[in-house]
Amino acid sequence: MNILTVSGSPHVYTEESVSKIMYGVVLSLIPAALVSFYFFGLAAIMVTITAVASCMFFEYIIQRYLIKGPVTIFDGSAVITGVLLAFIVPANLPLWMVVIGSLVSIGMAKMTFGGLGKNVFNPALVGRVFLMISFPVEMNMYPKPTSFSTQLTDIVTGPTPLAMVKEGVAQGEKVSDILPEIPEYANLLMGNMGGSVGEISAIAIILGGIYMLIKKYITWEIPAAYIGSVFVLAGILWLIDPTYYVDPFFHLITGGLMLGAIYMATDMVTSPMSRWGMIVYGIGCGFLTIVIRVFGAYPEGVAFAILIMNAFVPLINRGFKPKRFGEEVKNG
Amino acid sequence: MFSIFARITTQESKTHDFFHSLTKQKQVNEITLISVISLGSLGTIAAIILYMVAQKFKVIEDPRIDIVEEKLPGANCGGCGYAGCRALAEEIVRKESLDGINCPPGGNEVMAEIATALGLETTEQEPTIAVVRCSGSKENAPPKVKYEGDMTCAFSHSLFSGEGGCPSGCLGYGDCVASCDFDAMYMNDVTGLPIVKENCVSCGACVKACPRNIIEIRKRGKKDRRIFVSCINVEKGGVARKNCKVACIGCGKCVKECKFDAIIFENNLAYIDFNKCTLCRKCPPVCPTNAIHELNFPPKKPRPENKTEPAKAE
Amino acid sequence: MKTFKSGGVHPPENKISQSAAIEVLPVPETVTIPISQHLGVPANPVVKKGDSVKAGQLIAKGEAFISANVHASVSGTVQKIDEVADSSGYRKKAIVIKVEGDEWEEGIDLSKDLVKDITLSPKEIVTRINEKGIVGMGGATFPSHVKMMVPEGKKADYLIINGVECEPYLTSDHRLMLEKAEEMLVGIRIQMRALGVEKAIIGIENNKPDAIEHIRSLLSDYPGISVEPLKVKYPQGAEKQLIKALLNREVPSGKLPIEVGCVVHNVGTSVAVYEAAQKNKPLVERVVTVTGKGLKSPSNFLVRIGTPVSALIEAAGGIPEDTGKLVNGGPMMGKALTDINTPVTKGTSGILLFPEQEAHRKPVHNCIRCGRCAGICPMGLEPYLLAVLAGNKKFEDCEDENIMDCMECGSCLYICPSGRPLLDQIRTGKSEVGKIMRARHK
Repeated sequence: MNILTVSGSPHVYTEESVSKIMYGVVLSLIPAALVSFYFFGLAAIMVTITAVASCMFFEYIIQRYLIKGPVTIFDGSAVITGVLLAFIVPANLPLWMVVIGSLVSIGMAKMTFGGLGKNVFNPALVGRVFLMISFPVEMNMYPKPTSFSTQLTDIVTGPTPLAMVKEGVAQGEKVSDILPEIPEYANLLMGNMGGSVGEISAIAIILGGIYMLIKKYITWEIPAAYIGSVFVLAGILWLIDPTYYVDPFFHLITGGLMLGAIYMATDMVTSPMSRWGMIVYGIGCGFLTIVIRVFGAYPEGVAFAILIMNAFVPLINRGFKPKRFGEEVKNG
Repeated sequence: MFSIFARITTQESKTHDFFHSLTKQKQVNEITLISVISLGSLGTIAAIILYMVAQKFKVIEDPRIDIVEEKLPGANCGGCGYAGCRALAEEIVRKESLDGINCPPGGNEVMAEIATALGLETTEQEPTIAVVRCSGSKENAPPKVKYEGDMTCAFSHSLFSGEGGCPSGCLGYGDCVASCDFDAMYMNDVTGLPIVKENCVSCGACVKACPRNIIEIRKRGKKDRRIFVSCINVEKGGVARKNCKVACIGCGKCVKECKFDAIIFENNLAYIDFNKCTLCRKCPPVCPTNAIHELNFPPKKPRPENKTEPAKAE
Repeated sequence: MKTFKSGGVHPPENKISQSAAIEVLPVPETVTIPISQHLGVPANPVVKKGDSVKAGQLIAKGEAFISANVHASVSGTVQKIDEVADSSGYRKKAIVIKVEGDEWEEGIDLSKDLVKDITLSPKEIVTRINEKGIVGMGGATFPSHVKMMVPEGKKADYLIINGVECEPYLTSDHRLMLEKAEEMLVGIRIQMRALGVEKAIIGIENNKPDAIEHIRSLLSDYPGISVEPLKVKYPQGAEKQLIKALLNREVPSGKLPIEVGCVVHNVGTSVAVYEAAQKNKPLVERVVTVTGKGLKSPSNFLVRIGTPVSALIEAAGGIPEDTGKLVNGGPMMGKALTDINTPVTKGTSGILLFPEQEAHRKPVHNCIRCGRCAGICPMGLEPYLLAVLAGNKKFEDCEDENIMDCMECGSCLYICPSGRPLLDQIRTGKSEVGKIMRARHK
């Protein structure tokens, strides 16, 4: 007989593990990846591979030589950060910039806080914002979607639909004049528009989101509150003046909203724990997104909105506790 | 459509242009002036408010508290029984006496300094040190089961008797080491027991941290020489011995050997009173299980039995 | 279908022994009967070494209010009264009896005939339960007579019988409900009389449809009793969750079920109450599930209290070679055994054998703040937070976060994908907070 093991109860444990969850999330990103590979071709594949490889590489270097602790690059979290970072930069971004973004994501946003689970801000978003501020020109040159392009550079670039609207409105054009220049909504849903590598196809992202919901990697609260509040706020603005403000559906299916609401805002580490906390957080993200998109300097506000709300998460966790059993007496 | 493209790609440079043009204009002087005046006046107002608040809420304290606190080590270890060095300083000044007050990390020197500074008197205290009274190493008390879970002594103590099976033996998860603020303890990886280094200030944090009260503050002894029973198991001899080779089996031989009544024997366990012990070295050889340890003595004339090297303080 | 609303997990049920009928285990050669098999003050031995005792004879008397009598489960000679290692390896006082024959104390009805007529008055019932040393058989082992005495100013209107058996693997209550349903129903009627309540509900999870059917078919003879199927969810067998599930009443934090007019008893306790009241038989044997994936024949045994666990495992086909962990009780709340020879006590509902590959905790990773522990905590606590606070010795903060509401159901540790020892740390926190609170009361 073996030496008996003694431990506190319980003695059965769920099959779920950190790496299973992480690779499950990666799996759910496959539809979005396929869409972007279709529209942006080889360039998108290169950016994704570079980001994943460099994220894992930097995590290894830091854990092995700086922290001198256990190396956990295969738990999947670095892979996710890499994939998500790749998904929110333009497909034609020079690869060395992708590497720098990965370094910032892993080195600055994740490892400085103590590694997996301890970071305050979503690493991929920090990397993106860093790139956006450091290399504004490159980060605003979005390739135009084609089919199976094998070109890596000199691709035709153009603005995202959001930027078109923002710029047009700023120039005094009416929304109704700008919209015809933008692809049909059905095309937008599929992903046939200018944008970052993985954010273009709302349908693919929603598919991944449903998979994650079924697998319980995410809960419905944050995406619902986020998307819902964006829809409501944009709807209110649109009702006030449809010549200046674009309709709410447009906000939902363009830009990084879907990717942000389903993958970025729901990041377990940087989102609140309790149900009401998640809802408040989602609404906050939605509110800030609309404020930045409509009134701010940038055409896209998802990244900033989520990062700002990340900073509020500890406060939200303190303020919104789960309902305790036996807290209020009600007898039915 | 292309016009829009062009507009967008140049958007960033436009903002640049805006700032650029700004600096070129004469407004620059005006802006500088406004900022200097507004920030300067803001600072002045804040300073006035701060000064008034500081005056209003000024706490008048006995200046001697600061003097005493300066002399204390500042480790806030709590070894004196007060919440920290400041609390001890306040207490000393309030009581105006040093009776019953001792700063273990500071020792007699610090107490003497405080005494002279305040014009008080203090009594010399014998230096003390933490002593681990268990030798249930992995070899002496081989593990019978394997523990998994929260690697703290506090929890495993509440869960079961320990891997070695002895209900009073060292669990070896190092709660004491974690509690030490002075880096005076470490775990010996081979034996799985904690080791107290010579820089121990006997603050007593480890004593409180140990759920089994294995660690005791004992007299340091002349030239750091100490003799103590390295076991606190009160089980009957046979039971204790079954779990651990070096347990005190309560045979009482040491009690008979001791001429100074320094060994107290109760509950199948011998205990050496460090105030009475004269370090005569008579008891260690008679212990059949080598449970009595002597430290820092010069090597004795070779004895027939091979005594295990004490795994305690070096 | 009813269940409690917030939290809860659903571990694999693995009720592999559910079709094994209860077998009577032969009396062993010696039994070791601890004097503290219940929550509260240990009983005082009233026999001494060398005394010959009969089965059913009182051998240790529970003198405090929260205590319980202990009876000899076999006939024979008292070999010694000594400290014997219990399941945790700590030594507790126990009475060791060498078995000689199987002679029972006079006045105990050992026949299998069902006695339906209840002749005892409520007061006599409580006294009888006290005398016969009956404790909660679900595992918590709280002395039953204490629960039967409704404090002044409180009124019970429901008796709730816990047939949930939400712990995976265990099947002893399930078998009891199938094989001793009538005894249990009479026992429930007795308890209803003692408490003066008109209504009793038996809560059974719907993974035991045969038990639900069987009891329902007998209900016509027992007015006031009803059966309620419940959705399978752990920890539905916890008092507060069960009341919430059945009646949607929420027991306030820190209070007992009587606060909302309920008294909860286990099905095993009801059978024991029947035997005590109708047959004058003390609690000297109980049904124990012996199960595990590697075990040859997972069984349910009727076992004399004090029988060593090794005898049970032997009867179930012997201990498999690769056994890595033995658990006394269910997999969620049971205690790991340090020794195979520890005795069966009144609270032993099952003996679980885990093969080596299932015996170990998962490797520990960083907390990824997924919030699952907070989502599934049936008490609405935040285990991740409590564990961190307790780990950092911030016990006052633990108290503010209601650590004492934790009932140690183990759902948080079960669900944690990072394998963190959440419950271990919370338990440390609870014991420290308990110390602080007691110090404050002094």
